[in-house]
Amino acid sequence: MIELKQLEKSYGMVQALKGLSLSVPQGCLYGLLGPNGAGKTTTLRILCTLLAPDSGTVTVAGLDALSDPRAVRLELGYVAQEVAIDKILTGRELLQLQGDLYHLRSSDRNARIDELIDCLGMESWIDRRCGTYSGGMRRRIDLASGLLHQPQLLVLDEPTVGLDIESRSAIWQLLRELCAKGTTVLLSSHYLEEVEALADRMAIIDDGRVIAEGTPDQLKQQLGGDRVTLRVREFSDASEAEQVRQLLEGVDGVCQVVVNRAQGFSLNLVVESEQVLPRLREQLDGVQLPVFALAHSRPSLDDVYLQATGRTLMDAELAVAGQRDAKLERKKAMR
Amino acid sequence: MISPVATVTSPAAEQQDQGPFADLVQEILALTRRLFLQLLRRPSTLIAGILQPLIWLVLFGALFSNAPDGLLPGGMSYGRFLGAGVIVFTAFSGALNAGLPVMFDREFGFLNRLLVAPLRSRNSIVFASVIYITSLSLLQSLAIMGTAALLGYGWPGAAGLVLVSFTLLLLVFAFTALSLGLAFALPGHIELIAVIFVANLPLLFASTALAPLSFMPDWLGWLAALNPLTFAIEPIRAAYGGPLDLGAVLLDAPYGGVSGYGCLTILLLVTIGLFLIIRPLLNRKLA
Repeated sequence: MIELKQLEKSYGMVQALKGLSLSVPQGCLYGLLGPNGAGKTTTLRILCTLLAPDSGTVTVAGLDALSDPRAVRLELGYVAQEVAIDKILTGRELLQLQGDLYHLRSSDRNARIDELIDCLGMESWIDRRCGTYSGGMRRRIDLASGLLHQPQLLVLDEPTVGLDIESRSAIWQLLRELCAKGTTVLLSSHYLEEVEALADRMAIIDDGRVIAEGTPDQLKQQLGGDRVTLRVREFSDASEAEQVRQLLEGVDGVCQVVVNRAQGFSLNLVVESEQVLPRLREQLDGVQLPVFALAHSRPSLDDVYLQATGRTLMDAELAVAGQRDAKLERKKAMR
Repeated sequence: MISPVATVTSPAAEQQDQGPFADLVQEILALTRRLFLQLLRRPSTLIAGILQPLIWLVLFGALFSNAPDGLLPGGMSYGRFLGAGVIVFTAFSGALNAGLPVMFDREFGFLNRLLVAPLRSRNSIVFASVIYITSLSLLQSLAIMGTAALLGYGWPGAAGLVLVSFTLLLLVFAFTALSLGLAFALPGHIELIAVIFVANLPLLFASTALAPLSFMPDWLGWLAALNPLTFAIEPIRAAYGGPLDLGAVLLDAPYGGVSGYGCLTILLLVTIGLFLIIRPLLNRKLA
């Protein structure tokens, strides 16, 4: 459904995309995961014909988005991150405007709007002005306007950011059902859980490139090993943690032991399998050390990200949090 | 959102193609409708837009009411003289503001919503603004002309009315084009407002809106005789002045006399010129 090849895009000195390639099969719910500033939004804006790449090719539903953008616009619905809404119009008027821009016949248009009002639960406030809407309401209006012309591809940029849990799970549910009925859905997110819970396939984007691609399970399995988090006491000190680390490193089946300073000197282990757990306990019992907590888990997407970039998604978020240039960002979004 | 998508992808009522022209009309009407809905729900712009020229007319018209007779060419009263100036100035400022809504759409990202839609032509966005500003200007002008008539400053008559409308259309097209061009060229609304602010009053004073050329020093006379506003004011003033004769010299400019037809031709050229200048810019920004 979507083929992006070797996309490059710079904003002045900043290179946002460095040869990004992506392929999304038809009928797939595809997640783009990456920290803020990784290039997700730029990728989606290029895909939606809002932005021309410096180089590379964009194909949507077999159509070349660069030479025939209008044909591509007919096929896709785009739900942007910053919800631009006309505060003076009511939700219904906004949808009517949207329907006219997609050239729906007015009877079809109104029937379709009623349908969406019904299934997105908007009837009680649809005739109020958009300026009075909450974040969740705006997002629903935006979803509705993206779905109005029944596109075969729905593109969503961070669809649930800043939403309450109830709205979020409702949107998840909607996306799943859309996908089940044959719509291809591409969404970007910097929430691990969101991509993990929703996506059939996913790509991890970092620094303008795809660094991992596959189904969430594949990506996790490729890492190999299980994860164990262990604490001997609720609060250990550095020397005790170090002592334990040395003890456990020798245990058969333990691949790696890291002291996690950020979490009260707990120990993060990579082990070959579940069978290693009793051996860990034995080892500690042997030197009279207690076990306060021991948690065992399959590798998570965060581990995938960690493996590929050498930092956790959280660290990557924090690193860019302070250096986002609000002015540049606004300029990027402006035509 | 309790029962989500049941119908979201229900078989589409198959959309028959209604042809590119019908599509074009549909999108232009929808965009224009939006602008008028905004105006009706925030009528302060409309009210201010009609009140301001009326205040000009009443206060400024009274300013020289005791000036000696025969001071103005053709023995016009100052109120009658001023009417044409106020009409043109109002249409001009309205048109100069035409870019503001577009600029806000750019800044708030609403324009992106329009640009991801499969518009037949993105010029529809420009057309909608032109239609909106033109109707608004003609409405304002009618209000001024009505008031001027009540104040005893005269009424142009049927032929005059046609001439006034035609002249205003040219003027409004020209400055709407300029303003839309600026709305895409400048970085934000602050800059746009600054440009409007700087251009507005000087263009008024350096024209024949408030005083005839013969009152001005040479340098200002030159400026006024080159100012597009002047070429709109003179035909309208002629329509107020009595029997309409566009062949007659209406503007006694330092570079020679300009007839009514001359004024309208120059105005037409300015309009076409401005549209040609902004076209590459619009093509680039709306590509």
